[in-house]
Amino acid sequence: MSENLLEMVDIVKVFPGVVANDRVNFSLKAGEIHALLGENGAGKTTLMNILYGIYKMDSGVIKVDGREVSIRSPRNAIKLGIGMVHQNFKLVPAHTIVENVILGSEKNGFILDLKKSGEKIKNLASSFGLMVDPFSEVWKLSMGERQRVEILKLLYRNVRIMIFDEPTAVLTPQEKKELFSSLREMSSKGKSIIFITHKLDEVLEISDRVTVLRRGKNVATKVTKETNKVELANLMIGRPVIFEYSRYPPKLSGLALKVENIRVLDEDGNLRLKDVSFSLNSGEIVGVAGIAGNGQRELAEAITGLRRVSSGKIFVKDKDLTNASPRRFFENGVLFIPEERLGVGTAPNLSVAENLVLKSYNNRPFCDSVFLNFDSIQKFAERLVNDFEIVCPSVKVPVKLLSGGNLQKVVLARELSSLVGGDGRVIVAMYPTRGLDVGATEYVRRLLLKMRDQGNAIIFFSEDLEEILSISDRIFVMFDGRIVGEMDSGKADVEKIGLMMAGSAVS
Amino acid sequence: MDPMIILTTMFILMVQEGSILLIATLGEIFTERSGILNLGVEGLMCFGALSSFIVYYLTGNWVIATLAAAFAGLMLSLIHAFVSITLKVNQTVSGLAITILGLGLSSFIGRPLALSRVRIEPLESIRIPVLSEIPVIGPSFFNQNPLVYFSYVMVIILWFILYKTSFGLNLRSVGENPSMADSLGINVFLTRYIATLVGGALCGVSGALLILGYYPSWYDGITAGRGWIAVALVIFSSWNPLYAFFGAYFFGLVGTLNATFQSIGFRMIPTDFFRTLPYLLTIVVLVIFSSTRFRRRKMPASLGKPYTREL
Repeated sequence: MSENLLEMVDIVKVFPGVVANDRVNFSLKAGEIHALLGENGAGKTTLMNILYGIYKMDSGVIKVDGREVSIRSPRNAIKLGIGMVHQNFKLVPAHTIVENVILGSEKNGFILDLKKSGEKIKNLASSFGLMVDPFSEVWKLSMGERQRVEILKLLYRNVRIMIFDEPTAVLTPQEKKELFSSLREMSSKGKSIIFITHKLDEVLEISDRVTVLRRGKNVATKVTKETNKVELANLMIGRPVIFEYSRYPPKLSGLALKVENIRVLDEDGNLRLKDVSFSLNSGEIVGVAGIAGNGQRELAEAITGLRRVSSGKIFVKDKDLTNASPRRFFENGVLFIPEERLGVGTAPNLSVAENLVLKSYNNRPFCDSVFLNFDSIQKFAERLVNDFEIVCPSVKVPVKLLSGGNLQKVVLARELSSLVGGDGRVIVAMYPTRGLDVGATEYVRRLLLKMRDQGNAIIFFSEDLEEILSISDRIFVMFDGRIVGEMDSGKADVEKIGLMMAGSAVS
Repeated sequence: MDPMIILTTMFILMVQEGSILLIATLGEIFTERSGILNLGVEGLMCFGALSSFIVYYLTGNWVIATLAAAFAGLMLSLIHAFVSITLKVNQTVSGLAITILGLGLSSFIGRPLALSRVRIEPLESIRIPVLSEIPVIGPSFFNQNPLVYFSYVMVIILWFILYKTSFGLNLRSVGENPSMADSLGINVFLTRYIATLVGGALCGVSGALLILGYYPSWYDGITAGRGWIAVALVIFSSWNPLYAFFGAYFFGLVGTLNATFQSIGFRMIPTDFFRTLPYLLTIVVLVIFSSTRFRRRKMPASLGKPYTREL
């Protein structure tokens, strides 16, 4: 094989309290697609942020073309031919694609020739299979198209090494296919690609080689053809993983939630839910697939009382709760696991204990008409911390210091333990495992399944199709404010769901 | 009276009042596009007016007087720039402080001038051949003093800079997403400084037009809240210099209603109402256009947010 284009040797990066990269080595050959695999917190993104000049490493050597370089800023990195497509796109939504692509480029004169730049971008785009209209504004674009703009920014600057940080997280299965074919196109034209991911299937599908990181350390570098999913999973997590969740068929026990033709407007007065109807039974778990922004948030907020519906009806166990207050929903057993754990799910500066009683503080034994009873609050909190395996120094620390997984456990503990509502609750969970590591993800999924087996009705929203397929009994697909598909998970077909998510009509 | 004459008079007054608002609005648009909110417009205008008045009185040269006003606006907005860009203080607070400082300083320095009733000759109008022959539009838009013409030219210049030059693209991007601009090698701090200083200078010039054009002597509170109207106009015109042109003359028109109705002897509605109208309209505009529905898409996304570089 050819010489290494890029070499990172013994990279060390320490954050307060954590060694994010502990003498990590990484190398990249010209024209290869190299996957960087690891769980959340394994140090993948840190390593690449060092390469891209966002973080400064504490020690180590970076060589490009065999020569040692020092990279102090993204601008520096781009000059060396290294570019990165971040997970959160760095674009100006109000500007056009051309304006976004040429911003800060040294090729610009004082007076811009947008037409000429547009032509150039168009040619560049078509030669890599990245079709876009250079003069449309970015806010009108889908996530997949925005990603193309990010890639074009790098191509416009003649970058040789392209870093992709979990690029498929926001894409539909079809957009993913297109991305992968563009990646292959780029690598065949000599670009070298680093592909950060924690999804094993993607590694096997796209990469030539794979480097696995675990807890900030190198575990292995393998040629993709010579490895397999089970081996990679073992390397990544350090123990065998269960991909299947053992489940009993659901024991349905009556209607828990019924939604009839609801319409919901957003803050700008746009119709975000268009005549959505469905029903949810106690004892089943329904997964809602769809690309974020197709009405999921509005639906979740409508059925928890957080957002008014402009027409339609919502029944919780036969009780009409249309446009009732969130408190009434909650008193009738509707529990909400929100998308933002910090800020919406918890009050960041309050302690773990205070957050845990936020929904029951005005009930005995936590409160006697006027004063809070801190002893019983603390005992209760300690019990929950124990039951839900929350890792925290004490129940008195502010929740904002907790990791994502533990924060989610705090939210779950509070919601699932709240004293009112009785049995047969309705649990509404938005992206319950987003950003959690494999361990915490498994925990949350198991907990949801356990709640289902205890006779609760669960509806959860997720961008992870694998997750939806693995734990739900029924699957809804949302697109453009409607539920465009509904199926039993046993009969589900990934291809079909993907097309529905992208808005293609499927009969 | 001949309705043609009334209409023409109304338009002349509209252009006079509107041009003052226009220059200040353009300045504030330029500043806000970079993400810096400068609520000091009223103070900058007032201080600019006083500076140009003094210099004009001493030198008799309106160009030097206008430059003095620009310099005064620039120096005061330098305080705002330092405090809000470098020290990252809340921009609303800093801007209000600039207003108070500008008004107070002008009142203090201008006191002897107000007492001695020093007078200057207003700037002479320059008639533009051919164009000024058009009925109504001609005498109002094309027979005015040079600073009014300056306001027209600035609309085009600022629009061109913002949308057709790489500096303008940088400036707008800094106002939308400074961390991204920074990562592409754009100097966020320098860009914001330039935008704030140029904007402040323009507010000063708007004060110069006010006093050199239409008021022969200095008195306290000469700006009479026009700076706040300009702040509202920025929102009204969706941060676009071209729309500011129409917005400013619309407000200018409202400001002339009082004089117009008096001249035709219309007494049904008290004159106080018409005098209040521009301010009332300002409040209405601010309420309507500040609702998230109007603002979301047009407002610079990082307006009012200090930028700190992450390590």
